[in-house]
Amino acid sequence: MNTDSVLEKVFKAGHIAVTGECGPPRGAMPDVVKEKAEKLRGYVDAVNVTDNQTAMVRMSSFAASLILQQMDLPPVMQMVCRDRNRLAMQADIIGAYSHGINTLLCLSGDHPHFGDHPMAAGVFDLDSIQLIQTVRKMRDEGKFQGGADIKGAPKMFVGAAANPFADPFELRVARLAKKVRAGVEFIQTQCIYNMDKFEQWMKGVRERELHKEVYIMAGVTPMKSVGAARYMKNKVPGMDVPDHLVERMAKTPKEKQPQEGIDICVETIQRLLSIEGVAGIHIMAIEWESAVPEIVERSGLYPRPQL
Amino acid sequence: MITAERKPLAEIIDYIDNCRRILLVGCNECVTVCAAGGRKEVAMLASAMQMDFMKRGKTVDIREMTLERQCEPEYVEELAPFIDQVDAVVSMACGCGVQEVVRRFRDKRVYPAVNTQFMGAAERPGVWAERCHGCGNCLLGLTGGICPIARCSKRLMNGPCGGSSKGKCEVSPEIDCVWQLIWDRLKELGIEDRYEEIILAKDWRTERGGGPRKIVREDLAQ
Repeated sequence: MNTDSVLEKVFKAGHIAVTGECGPPRGAMPDVVKEKAEKLRGYVDAVNVTDNQTAMVRMSSFAASLILQQMDLPPVMQMVCRDRNRLAMQADIIGAYSHGINTLLCLSGDHPHFGDHPMAAGVFDLDSIQLIQTVRKMRDEGKFQGGADIKGAPKMFVGAAANPFADPFELRVARLAKKVRAGVEFIQTQCIYNMDKFEQWMKGVRERELHKEVYIMAGVTPMKSVGAARYMKNKVPGMDVPDHLVERMAKTPKEKQPQEGIDICVETIQRLLSIEGVAGIHIMAIEWESAVPEIVERSGLYPRPQL
Repeated sequence: MITAERKPLAEIIDYIDNCRRILLVGCNECVTVCAAGGRKEVAMLASAMQMDFMKRGKTVDIREMTLERQCEPEYVEELAPFIDQVDAVVSMACGCGVQEVVRRFRDKRVYPAVNTQFMGAAERPGVWAERCHGCGNCLLGLTGGICPIARCSKRLMNGPCGGSSKGKCEVSPEIDCVWQLIWDRLKELGIEDRYEEIILAKDWRTERGGGPRKIVREDLAQ
């Protein structure tokens, strides 16, 4: 065991891991964090806490992760390269670990262009791969990125993202290989709707045996309405929602669409679990945390292991 | 070259509205090539300024000059005979040219008439695109000769983010995804395995991290 991360323990005990997501609020509302997180309790092993997602200012990932930590819900603290330079990032990593936060997800971050501060400077001092290297160096060598020794090295379990649906597709396995080379230990993928493409990507992953070097969590998001499906298909960069799913939602009466979205999500998870190399499921029920218990139960992933 | 675009007339007028005698100075180098501040643009701006003053019942005396290179002292010196006859200088050179005039004529107000943009190349007539960020430690040898620092919206050094779609950047369909271009180029050269070599965290001291930069060539410095 490299760390005290619950997620690492679940993987290494051979279980399919399940993670959820909690987007911090746009204001000083700790109760909102608690309410969202409470809905996930018992149904996930850890909860991702997003870092100014979609480039909108929110309660910081560190602060919201701390709230979860105090609730005994293990957070996966997300960290994007967009908002901080390497000094601030390493400072937050030490700070978070000092509060018992031991799982970190390293991301590039959405471009400021998409958020409510498009006039902001994007920092991008490091990229996500260099951040992975930085966190591993802090943990394994007890050294800062700049080379100086750390007294009290933070022992973070290190994750990153992968998007099998972005272009160029043929580079996407190589990009995963590069993250593995940098030292990533688990991966959460972009939301999967196009199963054929995901299977094609996983085939490439297995050919290079990358699934033996990194735990791959398949990402899913239940669609609440046909509008949500169309929005993700047309407006969200890097999302691939096939027409047949949009049509299936469109054919469903409006009041039954949330249930249909959950059904599609459960079917997706069941198919994902049959794919060799899938080590976990990451459920991103954005602003719909109440859907998670049913999805986890019906997917046969409940109860969660007690480690 | 260094690219620039002319500022809106109203902003330029705002700087010099209380002046009666103006020295309007263009540059024969980059700003001429990108049609922002050469001899022709100097003449056009002078006319526009005259008309603007006239419409408001005021007059302004504008002397037009275009220097060979406004970023070099020997050419800036050509302004010396005229400088005392004007209230202010308006420069149509890049920011380097403006500041060279400032450095030479310490008691004279100098205003910019262009917004200096980026180091770029002409993609086709009338279209210039950013190519080099001037990071001070060239990566082109590692990235197939195409720069991710200047041309990736997130200056990612190790590959495309999840927003690359059909060769375009998530920020705008007008922007090529530079990592698509790099990948295509590496494949054309048959060296796509190079992609997996990690480019380490960059030392930004050669960019701006070390403060304002200076090159000193001892063999040439006097």
